Amino acid sequence: MIDRRAFLAAAAAATAGTLAGCAKKSPAKSDGSGSAGKPITLGFSQVGSESGWRAANTQSVKDSAKAAGINLKFSDAQQKQENQISAIRSYIAQKVDVISFSPVVVTGWDTVLKEAKAAGIPVILTDRSVETSDPSLYVTLVGSDFESEGERAAHLLEKVLAGHTGTVKIAQLEGTTGAAPAIERAKGFAKIMKASHPDWKIIASQSGDFTRAGGKQVMAAFLQAHPDIEVLFAHNDDMAIGAIQSIQAAGKAPGKDIKIISCDGVHDGFVAMSKGQINAIVECNPLLGPQLMDTVKTVHAGKGSTLPRWIKTQESDYTADQAAAALPSRKY
Amino acid sequence: MNLASLWRAAAQHRLFWPVTALIALLALNVPFTPGFFEVHLKNGHLYGSLVSIVLFGSPLILVAIGMTLVIATGGIDLSVGAVVAISGALACLVVSKQADQDSVAGVLLAFALALAAALVCGAWNGLLVARLGIQPIIATLILMVAGRGIAQLITSGQIITVNSDSYSLIGGGYWLALPFALFVVAFVAALSAALTRRTALGLLIEAVGGNAEASRLVGIRARRIKVMAYVFCALCAGVAGLMISSNVSAADGNNAGLWIELDAILAVVIGGTSLSGGRFHLGGTVVGALIIQTLTTTIYTIGVPTQANLVFKAVVVIIVCLVQSPAFRAKAFRARAKRSGPVPRPPGTPADAAHMEVSS
Repeated sequence: MIDRRAFLAAAAAATAGTLAGCAKKSPAKSDGSGSAGKPITLGFSQVGSESGWRAANTQSVKDSAKAAGINLKFSDAQQKQENQISAIRSYIAQKVDVISFSPVVVTGWDTVLKEAKAAGIPVILTDRSVETSDPSLYVTLVGSDFESEGERAAHLLEKVLAGHTGTVKIAQLEGTTGAAPAIERAKGFAKIMKASHPDWKIIASQSGDFTRAGGKQVMAAFLQAHPDIEVLFAHNDDMAIGAIQSIQAAGKAPGKDIKIISCDGVHDGFVAMSKGQINAIVECNPLLGPQLMDTVKTVHAGKGSTLPRWIKTQESDYTADQAAAALPSRKY
Repeated sequence: MNLASLWRAAAQHRLFWPVTALIALLALNVPFTPGFFEVHLKNGHLYGSLVSIVLFGSPLILVAIGMTLVIATGGIDLSVGAVVAISGALACLVVSKQADQDSVAGVLLAFALALAAALVCGAWNGLLVARLGIQPIIATLILMVAGRGIAQLITSGQIITVNSDSYSLIGGGYWLALPFALFVVAFVAALSAALTRRTALGLLIEAVGGNAEASRLVGIRARRIKVMAYVFCALCAGVAGLMISSNVSAADGNNAGLWIELDAILAVVIGGTSLSGGRFHLGGTVVGALIIQTLTTTIYTIGVPTQANLVFKAVVVIIVCLVQSPAFRAKAFRARAKRSGPVPRPPGTPADAAHMEVSS
């Protein structure tokens, strides 16, 4: 018994030693790289690692920080607000130059943001927005405009349907119920529909939870209940990929018998588009690292007030004829 | 007269209410989708709503069968969703690394590795519950949380896509014009029914669930039976994981099998197995899982607004559970019961009485 306890104590001491070693090493390294002038230290708190999109987002932030010579302190909140708040508090305690985070949820940030403001540390939001009582609590938001993505999807559908007249029966695969991208994309799409296409009709709309399995299952049921679906608008590529399998099982040709428009622009989405199964994709760009780093530098130089409140990510639209050319350059 | 007694006998059968609920749910679709019960031949395989329900419901049926046996021993397994994710992730990783993804040998290797991983997960749960005496809900919660992390490690947080016709057979393919998954489910269901009802194993499981200590004292290896139940449950979940990933030809460590443990427990309960252990009904579980899948499909086909999905589901589940409760039926149909003398003995009561002896 004593032997075992002694062993455990020794093991614990050894682990602690290694950790201390690591901790000592890393500041030394960053000091070395910053010899050309004191590098900016950025504390970044990520939502989590819930999807391929998010993984690409994380990678982009890390890579571009390195390229911009910014000392990045990164933490993963594992989709919990408490983790994110404590990460932000620790950044405040460490006196980083700029704090940036992708908020897990929309509300409940006032207290911690006030602490950051009191410490004189500017905050930049990425990807998602927050609701605060005091707009001066953050400098700007670098992220996508989901509503405009929905509008762009509708405009892409206009292109795809060029020459088509009469009613168009549309099925919609929504994202997770209550998620901002799902709500906003549906809103943007409906706005254009209402404004300029009274003959377009959404005859079925259900949540596929942003997953392939969800998209496949919901589409299978849609095709049973509405065999006359002409267009599918999927809120992300993964659901569209799942739906394609169901359309094929129903003996129809995806992209021809049923036109498909989707959002995101992940690699597999482009593969499907290059096969002609998806007609058009609205890109939702996770590679916002370079834009974020530029913003960080501007804010650190004290020119934050010149920035707009919302810096929209640079995004493009793709149709099937561009797919093959764009495919090799897709990073996520 | 004869018909009435036949009806009464049918109403006494323990599958009567679950099957009635299933039929009622299926019938609910007809006004919205007139051709709901139609099944056509398309591209050489059967196609229709009923086929979809069986195809998409197969993984849940499998997981629920495994869950039934665990619950029968007085336990519960919350980690099945994580095992689904691990098995799918591992299999897809192995297949995606093959030079020829269609090669049958490579796919079989992937199956073997995935099921081996599931076996380890089950043995781990069994070890915690049976050997270390940790509460099943806590013991399996560990793997429920950690397992999804393991699955994400395997996939490096990405969705792994495979392009293999051999791999897509088990969960998305067809054999003899029927979904291949149907054969897998039929095989597992028949195997577990035969093992538990044609041998003494079922009785031993119920004895352990009724009172583990008493069963040990009469010479049953209670711990071993429990470990076996968890291993079997994890294996079922492993096969379900293969099916789910094969169905969409991709492994999604984050979302595959998410919350399937709750659906499986619900299926088991709807099927008439008591959560306190000591008795189980495999047939009821299969019907329960079909009810849940039909409910999901119904929501999609009749067009319940997305925001109301969960409420609709909850209402249907409450109705199904109420209708199955003998106490509720006794109250609701009191007038009828009074006329025909004493309250009819609810189905399952004799079995209860028998097990009371074991557990008291």
